[in-house]
Amino acid sequence: MPEPIRIKVRLDGDVADVRALIGHPMETGLRKDPANGQAIALHFIKTVMITHNGVVVMEAQWAQAMSRNPYLNVRVRNANPGDEIEISWVDNRGESNAAKAKVPARA
Amino acid sequence: MQVTPHSPKRRALVSGLARLGIWVGAGTLSLLRPLWAVVWNQAAFETMKIDAAIQAAGIRQAQLSDDILINAPEIAENGAQVPIDVTSRIPGTEHIYIFADKNVQPYVADFVIGKGLEPYVATRIKMGETSPLRVYVLAGGRYFYATREVQVTIGGCAS
Amino acid sequence: MRLRPRYRRALSVLLAAIVCWPAGAGSIDPVQDRAEMIEFFQSRFPDVPLDDYGLGGMIVNPDGRSQYDQIMEFPPFLGDIDQGKKLWETPLRSGARYADCYPDAGRNIVGRYPRFDNERQTVVTFEMTLNECRQRNGEVPYDYGDRNTMGALTAYARSLSDGMRIEIKVEGEAARKKYEAGRDFFFRRIGQLNAACSGCHFYNAGNVMRMEVVSPALGHATHWPIFRGGEELMTLQGRFKRCTEQMRAVPSGYASEDWNNLEYFLSYLSNGLPLNANVFRK
Repeated sequence: MPEPIRIKVRLDGDVADVRALIGHPMETGLRKDPANGQAIALHFIKTVMITHNGVVVMEAQWAQAMSRNPYLNVRVRNANPGDEIEISWVDNRGESNAAKAKVPARA
Repeated sequence: MQVTPHSPKRRALVSGLARLGIWVGAGTLSLLRPLWAVVWNQAAFETMKIDAAIQAAGIRQAQLSDDILINAPEIAENGAQVPIDVTSRIPGTEHIYIFADKNVQPYVADFVIGKGLEPYVATRIKMGETSPLRVYVLAGGRYFYATREVQVTIGGCAS
Repeated sequence: MRLRPRYRRALSVLLAAIVCWPAGAGSIDPVQDRAEMIEFFQSRFPDVPLDDYGLGGMIVNPDGRSQYDQIMEFPPFLGDIDQGKKLWETPLRSGARYADCYPDAGRNIVGRYPRFDNERQTVVTFEMTLNECRQRNGEVPYDYGDRNTMGALTAYARSLSDGMRIEIKVEGEAARKKYEAGRDFFFRRIGQLNAACSGCHFYNAGNVMRMEVVSPALGHATHWPIFRGGEELMTLQGRFKRCTEQMRAVPSGYASEDWNNLEYFLSYLSNGLPLNANVFRK
């Protein structure tokens, strides 16, 4: 079960300010487990996509150097209340997750 | 704030395709390319040398630009969570690339900015030690860049 | 050298502090003691509002504070708090829940802890009440140092008092003695480095020591647990343990007399300041 993606959206004029906190360990493969001294396996998000009403507006490739439980803030143009924002990711194990949020009324 | 998981069927399909190194967009085709397929740039991400990483990311003949605004700390409180944001004032910005020269693997991220997005991104990155933070922008077929030094220290008490 | 009146006052307060403070024994009035300590800090940081003291060393470090504000806007440890919420809401062996152990289902209570329990004649911390709730309802107590159990549970439980202003009571001679014992511990030199808490967190608050800006003791009790680097959960007594070890002294131990009294003293010092659980620290 992947960890949740939390999304906050605020509409300023016709730009939707979208902030996401993506649950993911983003392990670099370099940390050692204090319990047994073994390296914790590499486990990180490689690709991220954001759509606005089904249209892709952002795509990203990431390294394991993105922070644990990564944060992402983008600004979507031509947004209106009720629009749908979807954020999804795929990691190095082929696991994935996605979440949607609606653009609220104008701030 | 809404959080809803994707349907299991779609997740299985996406997982399967991802294993083949192909990512399929959620909806209609992008205006940038006929098929929205992201192949993770392994060569660029895995190299441990900054110059090789920049080359492998496809960046060529980049010019220094005052129109790439980088917000980053002077001294990072903790190298595991360094908040940064980038605004590009260069018209036609399509990609924003982030590198941290002194990271074990300097290539950190590539953001493809579709026409529906402002040329701005904020995120948090890991930095292993004091290093230049390097941002490249691809706009109108040309590359531009700006850098900011971020200090990363480990003090004697907050550990 | 002629000093401005404000600085002359600060200097005389400082001199009085250095001369008088460590010596006080058997005659400390908590009300006066706290007032003097607050005056000391405020003369040192004249432009910092009292409510900001929960930010620790960041009151004099705008670069650090900016990072804190950015990270706190959407902190990376929300999953850990969710884990705590699950623990809080899971029925105990008797069928009761933690909320049943407290008035108002556990909301707005942390500001009254630690409290002096007159019957037991001892200081009781909030985390101790969580374990007492467990034991009364058929469960074994959690290890105070375990992030995944007591850490997560108190992270959520404390958040139910966010915004509440601390209101520790020191009433009666027995309680006053505990306050004074905690204060003595704060000023006592311990360990290989022969260091006292006061050496850093009082006399050198706001200065840089061991490459860190040192936090003032005022505000210490307001913001627990912390998440080091956004991910390592640490309670206040967990921080006592780590700091004690860093000073190369032997830790008194979770829920020990020393640490409970110290927490009592530090919390009383921060009376009136707002609580804010679950914060980012470097």
